[in-house]
Amino acid sequence: MMQKQSLKNILNLMSSLIEHPHPREKRIVFANAGKPDYTPDIQTYLKHGGYQEAKKAFTMSPEAIVNEVKAAHLRGRGGAAFPTGVKWGFIRRDDGKAHYLCVNGDESEPGTFKDRYILHRDPHQLLEGIIITSFALNIHLAYIYVRCEFRHAKRIVEKAIEEAYENGFLGKNIFGSGFDLDVYFHEGAGAYICGEETSLLESLEGKRPYPRIKPPYFPAVLGLYQSPTIVNNVETICHIKHILRLGAAEYAAMGSEGDGGTRVLCVSGDVMKPGPYEMAVGSVTLGELIYDICGGLRPGRSLKAVIPGGSSSKVLRANEIFKINVKLEDGTMIEKEVPLLDMVMDATSLAAAGSMIGSGGVIVMDDSRSMLWALNNLNQFYAHESCGQCTPCREGVLWMSKLSTRMLREGAQESDSKMLHKIADNIAGRTICAFGEAASWPTQSFIDKFPEEFSFDEQNFSRKH
Amino acid sequence: MNSSSLPQAENIPLALLTEIEKAITHYPVSRRSALLPLLHLWQNHFGFIDQSAIDWIACKLELNSIAVLEVVTFYPWFRQKAPGRTIIRVCRTLSCAMAGSYELHQKLCHGVGIDPSAHGNHEMPTSADGKFSIEFVECLASCGSAPVCLLNDDLLERVSLDDAEAIIEKYS
Ligand SMILES: Cc1cc2nc3c(=O)[nH]c(=O)nc-3n(C[C@H](O)[C@H](O)[C@H](O)COP(=O)(O)O)c2cc1C
Ligand code: SF4
Ligand code: FES
Repeated sequence: MMQKQSLKNILNLMSSLIEHPHPREKRIVFANAGKPDYTPDIQTYLKHGGYQEAKKAFTMSPEAIVNEVKAAHLRGRGGAAFPTGVKWGFIRRDDGKAHYLCVNGDESEPGTFKDRYILHRDPHQLLEGIIITSFALNIHLAYIYVRCEFRHAKRIVEKAIEEAYENGFLGKNIFGSGFDLDVYFHEGAGAYICGEETSLLESLEGKRPYPRIKPPYFPAVLGLYQSPTIVNNVETICHIKHILRLGAAEYAAMGSEGDGGTRVLCVSGDVMKPGPYEMAVGSVTLGELIYDICGGLRPGRSLKAVIPGGSSSKVLRANEIFKINVKLEDGTMIEKEVPLLDMVMDATSLAAAGSMIGSGGVIVMDDSRSMLWALNNLNQFYAHESCGQCTPCREGVLWMSKLSTRMLREGAQESDSKMLHKIADNIAGRTICAFGEAASWPTQSFIDKFPEEFSFDEQNFSRKH
Repeated sequence: MNSSSLPQAENIPLALLTEIEKAITHYPVSRRSALLPLLHLWQNHFGFIDQSAIDWIACKLELNSIAVLEVVTFYPWFRQKAPGRTIIRVCRTLSCAMAGSYELHQKLCHGVGIDPSAHGNHEMPTSADGKFSIEFVECLASCGSAPVCLLNDDLLERVSLDDAEAIIEKYS
């Protein structure tokens, strides 16, 4: 019987987590991918209204498309929540240079699981987004960069690309518009750092993927092959067609101020029903997400900590109360006290709480978890994934990992937590890429928020693990 | 495979050559960009990347061999020694660890006689009979169905300790 169970798993390339939308979800990007009988071929996509928006795009002016994306207040879903329209605005269509699009499907921020569903189950939606984006920004060559651990993505996406060529949606003179576009799939090779946009570009150029320093190497200025390049996350690009379909105003209105549309929140850890939930931005609080949508914690457990936006975002403590500026009806701003569970899950609120929405990866931890143990797990991740280019990062993350491992195994010495914090302080802000911050924030926030678990005399609990 | 003693570059099948030529066309601006695809095609076929492969690919892409070697050694996915017949990569990162991936990894390792502490360093811990390689990897982007592992090319989700036994039995 057990054998049957694993065989079933093997055949069922990915879980059915996505096939059971919660009534409070607002599915746009996952609308097709979540249907149990939906298949990734072009006929199915066309039957579901596919490529209508790409056709429509060619009846619009490129500037109008960029303006729609700006007005839709779409923010990047890859981690930094940067306004997509603003990023696109950095590209000058007529500067005479080649422009490139690189779609970021590296999806390796711990806690994040959304892009794979699109790549495996609805690849044409991504291609439609790529077509619209490329037309808007005068791009004729696009790459989809996907981590190679998605072993089936290459076959599925390349099949979709082939179908799109056959239908005249890619290649020369697409949709009879006179516009040419080539799209290729490119596989990574197991390195987290390749999700960082400039590292991704180096990787695509066939080099060691050492991130480039900004300035001057902003991708939109000096990107792939030193040409203006847009790097956007898979989910971000999928939203583009829905902005054209709904219109910027309706799309923006679905979300919070300055943060439009929907966003996939990926919940994992100690909840009864983990999964990816596509929610209208700002439509849920953290408490509703955990208790209503994810079915709460395991019986008899209480909430201890939440990492709200992928492992690199700062951890939040269950009983924390935040002071947040909120806008009243008449436009005046007041400061309000908001307990953690009432925190709205959007970019602005989480930034105000000192953390971030990041990649939407929400990791929930209950009172059975040791914070030292959890931090040590993350420290080992960062120690493994540093590219090694900058000294503070290369040496610091390894040192942090060794120190937290020793604290866990042998008990903390009096100076350990201070030392650990100090190492993190000396990495953040002193490195070439944002991995430095990503690796320091967990250590800084875990120690600041849960000092008792890192102290000299509070080691009995931790050592249990 | 008795070809393992022969330099890989002396034994390239036509189908692989065709795929290599096709992959290079995907990078009209720079041939060097085809390096990762070529390494993938090569490793998918031969199981690992030997010195002759590094020289051959370098020559193909008009690079120095060191430019290929430094890429091979950077990425955890590439290896320079033959792995076991069945490769299991267990996710080690937080959500999976919370769901018991360390126990899973240990059970799998013990089940096939691999030392669970022997992970990392571009050499996959492999069982003495060459049937299994088992390693820890970082987050596989399926944290909602933790613990997960890659069994060769397939993602297994919510893998229980009983599943581990079934996997070993099936692939032994
Ligand atoms: C260390 C590090 C890892 C990252 N990993 C990813 C990733 O796996 N996927 C992703 O889309 N963005 C990742 N990013 C963010 C990218 O650098 C970039 O901001 C993003 O792809 C831009 O797309 P967006 O504006 O659509 O979000 C990472 C950033 C850093 C610093
Ligand atoms: S901060 Fe770390 S990951 Fe980023 S470039 Fe420096 S060493 Fe590499
Ligand atoms: S932590 Fe294991 S898949 Fe993300």
